[in-house]
Parts: sequence; structure tokens; C-alpha cells
Amino acid sequence: MSGFLATSGFAIPHIDYTALLPELIMIGGAILLLGIGALRVRHLPPRVYSALTGATGVASLVAGIFLWDKVHGAGHPFAAVAKSLAVDGFSTAFVILASAIIIVSSLLSNDYLEREGVIGPEYHALTLLSASGAMLMAAANDFIVIFLGLEILSIPLYILAALDQRRAESGEAGMKYFVLGAFSSAIFVYGIALTYGATGSTNLAQIAAYLSHNVSTNDGLLLAGAGLLLVGFLFKVAAVPFHMWTPDVYQGAPTPATGFMAAIAKVGGFAALLRVFFTSFHVLSSSWQPIIWVVAILTLVVGAVLGLVQRDIKRMLAYSSINHAGFILLGLEAASTKGISAALYYVFIYSFLVLGSFAVVTLVGGKGDREHSIESFRGLGRRQPLLALALAILLLAQAGAPFTTGFLGKLYVVEAAVSAHSYALAVIAMLTGAIAAAFYLRVVFVMYGTRPAPAGAPIEPAGGPQLASAGASPEIGSPLGASYSPLSAATLVATEQETGSEVGPTSSNPPAAPIRLSFATALGLALTVGVTVVFGIWPAPIFSLAHSASLLFI
Amino acid sequence: MIHAVFLIPLLPLVGFAVLAAFGRKLGNPLAGWIATGAVAASFIVTAIVFAGLFQLAPGHRSFTQTWWNWFSVDRLHVTAGALVDPLSMTMAAFVTGVSTLIHLYSIGYMEHDPQFPKFFVYLNLFVASMLLLVLGSNLVMTFLGWEGVGVCSYFLIAFWFDRPSAASAGKKAMIFNRIGDAGFLLAMFLTFERTGSLQYVTVFHRLGHVGVPSLTAIALLLFLGAAGKSAQLPLYPWLADAMEGPTPVSALIHAATMVTAGVYLMTRINPILHRAPDAAHVVAIIGVLTAFLGATIACAQTDIKKILAYSTISQLGYMFLAVGVGAYVAAIFLMLTHAFYKALLFLGAGSVIHAMNDEQNTKTMGGLRKLMPITAVTFLIAWFSIGGVPPFSGFWSKGEVLLNAYGYSTWLYALGALTALLTAYYLGRCYLLTFSGQARWVEARPAGDGHGVVGSAPPVESDTSNPNTPTERVVAHHGGAGGQEPLHPHDPSWVMSLPLVVLAVASVFGGLIDLPFHPNFVFLERWLSPVVGASLFNGHFSVATEWTFALVDAAIALIGVGLAFALWRGAVDRPAVEPTFLQRAWYIDWGYDRLLARTSTLFAGFLATVVESKVIDGAVNGVGTLFRSGGGVLRRVQTGYVRNYALGVMAGLVVLLAYLVSRAFT
Repeated sequence: MSGFLATSGFAIPHIDYTALLPELIMIGGAILLLGIGALRVRHLPPRVYSALTGATGVASLVAGIFLWDKVHGAGHPFAAVAKSLAVDGFSTAFVILASAIIIVSSLLSNDYLEREGVIGPEYHALTLLSASGAMLMAAANDFIVIFLGLEILSIPLYILAALDQRRAESGEAGMKYFVLGAFSSAIFVYGIALTYGATGSTNLAQIAAYLSHNVSTNDGLLLAGAGLLLVGFLFKVAAVPFHMWTPDVYQGAPTPATGFMAAIAKVGGFAALLRVFFTSFHVLSSSWQPIIWVVAILTLVVGAVLGLVQRDIKRMLAYSSINHAGFILLGLEAASTKGISAALYYVFIYSFLVLGSFAVVTLVGGKGDREHSIESFRGLGRRQPLLALALAILLLAQAGAPFTTGFLGKLYVVEAAVSAHSYALAVIAMLTGAIAAAFYLRVVFVMYGTRPAPAGAPIEPAGGPQLASAGASPEIGSPLGASYSPLSAATLVATEQETGSEVGPTSSNPPAAPIRLSFATALGLALTVGVTVVFGIWPAPIFSLAHSASLLFI
Repeated sequence: MIHAVFLIPLLPLVGFAVLAAFGRKLGNPLAGWIATGAVAASFIVTAIVFAGLFQLAPGHRSFTQTWWNWFSVDRLHVTAGALVDPLSMTMAAFVTGVSTLIHLYSIGYMEHDPQFPKFFVYLNLFVASMLLLVLGSNLVMTFLGWEGVGVCSYFLIAFWFDRPSAASAGKKAMIFNRIGDAGFLLAMFLTFERTGSLQYVTVFHRLGHVGVPSLTAIALLLFLGAAGKSAQLPLYPWLADAMEGPTPVSALIHAATMVTAGVYLMTRINPILHRAPDAAHVVAIIGVLTAFLGATIACAQTDIKKILAYSTISQLGYMFLAVGVGAYVAAIFLMLTHAFYKALLFLGAGSVIHAMNDEQNTKTMGGLRKLMPITAVTFLIAWFSIGGVPPFSGFWSKGEVLLNAYGYSTWLYALGALTALLTAYYLGRCYLLTFSGQARWVEARPAGDGHGVVGSAPPVESDTSNPNTPTERVVAHHGGAGGQEPLHPHDPSWVMSLPLVVLAVASVFGGLIDLPFHPNFVFLERWLSPVVGASLFNGHFSVATEWTFALVDAAIALIGVGLAFALWRGAVDRPAVEPTFLQRAWYIDWGYDRLLARTSTLFAGFLATVVESKVIDGAVNGVGTLFRSGGGVLRRVQTGYVRNYALGVMAGLVVLLAYLVSRAFT
């Protein structure tokens, strides 16, 4: 944009609406939903909104496929809207992915909305807006547009996190996410400013051209700018040490929103991160590769080790998502075409894994969305065999079991790391994968195990070092805050949970009411599990998608 | 037409998926019919592909169908695909054919079982795995099927897992197979390391560049795998215990699927064996020893299924003998005919067991011939077939194996011929005890006190490693009421009788596919020759020699049959020919138990008490303590306070910037 201004004064650029079509469909869908919600004469059942959202996702998917075809048919990617948007294999692949996430999430969240009696279209409208932000981030060819996309992605997520007004943690999660997100956005904008100062442009292609013509490896301004931008991205994808919001927000947010957030934030964050650091800052790779190396290791290790000691499944999955982020960073660290296509593949498959996993957690959570201790999954294999099977497959896939996409995802990023000679990183990644497998399998064992929890299971040391009970911060939102010490901090809800899980084993778990799956949820779960298994056995389609997405990179 | 080959494993797999999802709703017997239909459809597709392949010129009867690229890492490209050639299609044809009959039979056999649909879920997966195994175009696909068969056998052997003996038999099968699988895996690694590929065609193409020691190692490691799967020395004991599964499972494992996998694998890698004569020698010796050992043990067993189990072990030994001496056609020929008569024997035994309310002890049977004529006649045919009585199919196939063994070594032939004599004898004993003589089950089961009397039946429970008594078997299934009611043994319903008759016909005429004496009659040999080449010795014998051997074989078989009649007609106990050491299976199982199982139990105990509690727990506790002591730090990090989180972000930022700035100024 700034380059545009510099050359020809202000003129309205030609706007290629076909290039923007998927984003426009998403935003249009959101407006439509809100309009219907505002004009309604009587309460519409949630499934109407869910269906509309799903339809919007399908429409945007079709538009995405159309664009994909155009990019491939024309044989070359192109930039649109004053070169601020790139329409290439990369951006269209992410359009397709974000649309798929919307479709699956609209199917999976419906049961939650009906169960909790959420009236109105806000939930779905927010997911649509957020997804349009993720698409924009993936397509952005200009830092200003990236920032725009980042905010469009993030602000709906803050609201989604705080959507459940009946649980104090939800509001707290939204608040925390918002404050820290704003903090990281500020860092990001500062990074844009420094980069502009160093290169005279915010356009990715122009920065790349500038850097390839001017040797400026010792430019402190540029490096600092890149560093600040990196922090902004790493915050969004929850890499250590910028991850600390993740467990609290994942735990506090309404569960289906957590699944959506986990998928879409990673998609948007990684899309822009990969694009920026593979195009504009590729010449600086000797400077940022060591940083990514360290961050990846920290992320992998912290995610795996802290995931082990969680007793709340949402927190556990939060640490698991941190571990996955570490794996995806492996692809970035390799700084090769192979690496980026491996990272893309990982982002693709992870989105489905995390959506499906949180969907099952939502269903098990029960009315009020409160049964999230790992103990509440005990005996699920007998009570709800299909549901348990779905979760078992998704968790095994996250652990990297063969015949699932999770295995191939890990395989490809590790392979990319090995071919980039990052042997230590590859080995550490695999080791943390093994550690992480322990906590995935623990849930599977709990679901299928027959014995009640042994008293004082070693993995949950009573009164041991607990990582902050999240909902518990006395700082914001907790009604009992002052009367609880931060160490044993717990809200009313958390206390109830703990006593509940202590009573549970001795009173042989009161039979939980059977969970009823609506057709939509069953279809959504079948989609996530199907993608995971089918493309785990037959990986060619997704992999070639990821591969051609990386080839078309400009 | 021949490109429909992908349907062959897919159809049972779809059957499996459908039954796994909806089996309980479909219920009994619809689930069974769907499973049978899936396998039957697969058989039809196999027949079509087979016919299509037959129409091609012999040189063009081999092609690889690639389904998709499974994964590729560096030089390793693994595709999912099928290698279609006369060998794989022959295997597919008989696997699907025999499996269809066994499925049909199971509908009748399992009709009272509450787990009816689950049984067919496993059966279909079993057949799908086996088809993947024989059709796979590379070692990885074969291994996939190999493992699938292994895990299904575990599920099926331990199908009645509420019996401790069945559960432990399942585990035993799993463990013995794992030992073999380790060999298979190592062989794959070595093959890839030496040839850079796992695709059969490519590997065989590159064998010229591989040294003989490597080839010997590959062949022997694969043979270790084959020995596990096909129950050869020293990994055979699981097969005898595998009898704990429902009888159709035994038939499936013994006749059509699992155990033939090893023979198939060794035949498939015949180019490797051809270049590694030492390995082939080992295969032949192990084969003939197993054949002899199995036959001797079978002579003294009293449980009808145990007799058949050891008989299978023995017959598989013959097949490996044939493979070892380079007579691959003879091995496949014997495998085919054996599939017919062994399936027939097991299904016949199943009918008897069914009729006797789950009694398996031959000593308490007798006199069933008149009451169960179809079963008795088909069992008799199977006995004559396996015993090698002319002109039944076993006569031709076993004759070919022995002839080739003679061409290789006289000693192998001598031991093989002796085993043939024993084979005809022990199945005669089994037949006579079961079907002729007095109806001993009448007095053995007076009304009202069935359990106690069966428990105190003749001292036959020889196998001490097998803790269950017949009593448990009787009460375990079919409602348990059977013990009290007087028995009325009768032939089973048509779904169970039809497979018996079909298999009996096949057992009689199966020899027609590969008759000696004239080059025009060796259909199987000509069909398989593009894959395995000509037999080393067959065809080099004069017609006179072949006739002589045929006569000798016939004489041996008839002596065996005669011996059985002489000793067991009307007799029940002859301790002189049932020595304890044979009843106890040469004490090999006992030895394994003492030597390996107990020591490893002790070792496991050591690990549990010392290593686990001291070393590992120590480490875990140490880590825990580490966390706990570092807990202050961690707690301070993950407090829930936004300001602390922001501080964390800030700290990370500062370190990162410091690093970058340091780079900028160096």
C-alpha cells in the first residue's frame, strides 16, 4: 500500500473481487446471520444458524476451489488489489482449509448450542469473521494486510472465549486472551514499523526484492523488526515462551470455541508466519533459524512435559497443541520447500484432529460444560463405544500412530528437519512425541480401562505442584478470588470438580446420562475421523495439495 | 477384467467395516450371511481375474497393480499395490474359496453364540488381511497382512476369552508370532539396505548385486518369520493351543489362511532361496523334522482337535521340506490339497464336537458312524486323502514332495516316508476312536450327572500346561444345559453339511490339477512355472522311477491304514502305543515353560521389583521431585496472572532481540 502511495499519489486501486470472493462470502455470511438474528420475529432454533454457517463454508469452499483452479489453470499465481493480496497455491490452499474448518465446526458446535440453550447467531457469526481473518492472513502480501487479518482473526476469538457467561472462567479466559493479544499485536505493529524503516516498504514482495538487492545482513533495525514480527506470530501460534495464555484460555473458553480457536488461530498464524519468513525474510534465514531452533525445542519440550501432569483434558489438549506447534516449527526451521510443504501438511491435518477431539470433549462435558477432568472419561468405552472410538482414533493420531494422518504429519516434518541436517532437533522432536504419546494414551486407557482410578495415581500427585488452576486467577473475574490463596486457587467450579473426582472412584461413578449425538455432530465427527484415517492410509491427496501449495509460492 | 484385482481384498474389508459398524443391529444370522457374501464375492472376483490371467500368454502373466503411493522417505518408496501373478492368484483363489465355505459353516456352528456378529467381524478382517498378504506387491504390504492375520488370530483364538485357557492360548499365539515377526522385520531392513527396495519385482531384479551371505541371512530371517506363522520348529507350540478358538477358526487358521502364509512367503522369495542354498538346506531340514515330530505327537493325543493340530504342524513341515528342496510347485500343490482335506477334517471335527455338546475327547466318543453318516464318510475321505491312499488328492501331492525330497537327499526322503506312514496311522486312530466301536458317550454321560462323570473320564488330560478340564468346556457355552440332557448326535444342518460335501469332493479329485507321469497333466506346474521356474528334480526322473515311488507311497499309506485298523478297531486304550512322552509332546512345551517362560517370569519379576521400583520409579520420582522443587518456579510462571504472562512474553522478546542485535553487531 505504501509503495503504491509513493509512486502515484492516492487512487482507488483496482479491486479484483474474485480474488476476495472467499473472504467476502465469509463476511457476507456473518452479516446475514446477524441480520437474521436482529430481525427475527421469534427465536430460531440453533440448527438454522448452524446450517446457514455450514452453507457459507461450502460456498466459500467452492469459491476456494474455483480460485485454486484459476491459479493452476493460469499456470502462475498473481497478486491482486494493488499487490496487497497474493492469489497463489498457498493462499487458496488455506482458503480451502479455513472453509473446511468452518464446515466441520458448524456441524460440531450445533449440539453444544442446543444443549446450552444459546439463542442467536453470534457464535457462528464470530467464527465466520474469524475464519475470514485467517484467510486474509494467508493471502496477505503486505504487512498492513497481515495485521488487518490478524485482528479480524483475533477479536472474534476473544469474544468467543468469553462467550459463556455462566462460567466465570470463560470471561476470565476472554479477558486474558484479549489483554495479551493486544500486547502481542502492539509488538507486531512495532515490528512492521521497524521493518518499514529498514526497507522502505511493507509489501512482502518489495521487501524480498529490496533485501535480495541490498546486502544488509548486519542491519540491526531490520533484524529487530523481524524479531518483533516473529514474536507476534509465535504468540498467535502458542510457541514457548509466548504460550502461557494457552492453557488458561483453552480451559476457560466454551469447549467448541476452544476447538475452533485451536484450529483457526494456528492456521492464520502459521500461514502468515510461513509466508513472511519464506519470502521476505528468506535471505535472513541464517539469523532467524537459530531462534526457531531454540523456540521449537522449548515448545516441543514444554508442551510434552507439562501435558503429562494435567488432570483437566482441556488443559492437556492445550499443552498438546503447544507440542504440535513445535512440530510445525520444525518445517519452518528447515527453511526449505520440503519444510514448508511438511508444515502445511501438518497444519492441515492438525486442524481436523483438534476439532474432532474438542468435539468429543464438548459432548462428554455435559450440560454446563463442566465435566472436563480426565476422570470423567472413565468407562466411556462402555457407555459410548462409538464416541470413545472416535476420540481414541483422534488421540492416537495426535500421538502419531501409523495409519493416521498424525503419523505422516510427524514423519514429514521430521524428514524435512533431517534433510536440512537439523538432526538434534529431529531427535528431540521424536522424543517429545514419545512423551506426549503417554498423555494421549492415558486418556485412551481411562476410557477403556475397567478399574477405577487407583488412589493416589502417581501422575496426579495430590497437592503436588499444580500448574495454576486456570480458572482460578484471583486477579480477574473470580468471585472468590481474595479468599483463596493463589497456590490452591480454585473457583467454585474447580472445587466441585475436584471433590467430584475424588468421590467418583469410590462410589463407582454414577452412570452418566447417555450422550445423544445429533446427526450434525455425528457427521462432523465422522468427517474428522474419516479425514484422519482415510488420508492416513492414502495420503496422496492432502500431501499433493500441501506440496503444490508450497510450489506456487511467490 | 484382471484389473478388478483390488476388489479381492477390498470386499472382505468392506464386509468387516459394515459388520464392525452395524453388526449388532444386523444380528444373527444376517451378519453371518453378509460376511459370507463378502468373501464369496471376493472369490468370484478372484475367479474372474484368474480366468483373465489364464488367457494371457504365460510370459505376460505377471504385473504389478499400484493402488497409491503410501509413503516415501528418502529412497524408501512404499506403494500400496498388488503383485498379480499365477502364484498370488492361486493363493487368492484357494484362500477365498475355502474361506467362503468356512464362513458358511460358521453360520451354523456359531448360531447359539451371543457374540455371533463379532465373530464374523473378525473372520472378515482375517480373510482381508490374508488376501493383502498374498497379493501385496512388496514386503511392507505383505507384512501388513502378516500382522493383520496375527492380530486376528489372537482375537479369534481368544474369542471365548472368559475361559482362562482360551485367553492364554491367544496370548501364546501372539508371543510366538512376535518372535517370528522380529525376523520378518529384520529381513525387511536387510533387504532394503542391500537392494534399496522392498518391491518384490525390483528386489528380485537386483539380487545379482547382493552377496550370498546377505541373501542367506535374508532368507533365514524370513524363514524365522515363516516358522512363527506356519508353526515350524522351534516356534510351533502355539498352534496346538490355538485349538481353544471356535472350531471354524481352527479350520480357517489351519487350512486356508494363517499357517499357509509362511509357505507362501518362502515360495514368493524363491529367487532368494535359489541363490542361498544353505538357507534352503536349513528350511528342508527344519521342515522334515517338524513333519516327523508333529506326526509322532499326533499318534498319542486324545483330544480330536489336538490330533488335527499336530497333523497340521506335520503337514506344514512337508511343505517346507518341499520348499527347501526347491520343489515349490510341490509345496503349493500340497498346500492346496491340504487346504481341502484339513478344512474338511476340522469342519468334520466341529460337527462331532457340536453333536457331542462340546466334548473333544475321542476316548469318550465312538460309534458315531451310523448316527452321523455324512460327517463320518467325509471324515473318512479326508483321512484317506491326508494319509496318501491312492487315488485321493493327498497321494499325488505328498508323492510329489517325497519324490523331490528323494532327489535331494535320501535321508530326507526316509524321514518323510516314515512320517507318511504315521500320518495314515494316527488319523486312522482318530477316525476309529470317534466313529466306530462302542458308543462310549452313552455310559459316560448318564442323565443328571453329566459334569462329574465327564470330569472323571479316562485319564486323558495329559497336557498339564493346559489347566482347563473338559468340564469347563462343556459348561462354558451353548448354555451349559447340554451336560444334563441325553445326547442325540446327528448330522448338522445344511449350512454345515454343504461345506463338508464340497470339501470332500475337492479332497478326492484335488489331485487332478497336477498329475505326474505325463507332461500334459502337470497343469499346476505349467501354471506356476513363470513364477517359480521348473522344479529342481521333478521331470528328471524316469517314468519307471515315478511309478516305483507311487507304488511305494501307496504301500506305505496302506500299511498305515492297516496298522490303524489292526490296533484301534474296537480298542480304546493301548498304552503301549501312546507313550507318555508323546502324550506330553516330547516335553517340548513343558521345556519351554520351564526354560523360557519361568525364567522370563523371574526376569520380569526382577524388573518389576528391582528395576521398576528402584530405577524407573526412582527416576520418575526424581523427575517428580524435580518438578516439585522446581514447582515454585513453575507455579510462578503459570500463575494465572496476566501480568506474569505478559512478563513472560516480554522476557522472551528481550532475549530474542538481544540475540538478533548481537548478530547485527558482530
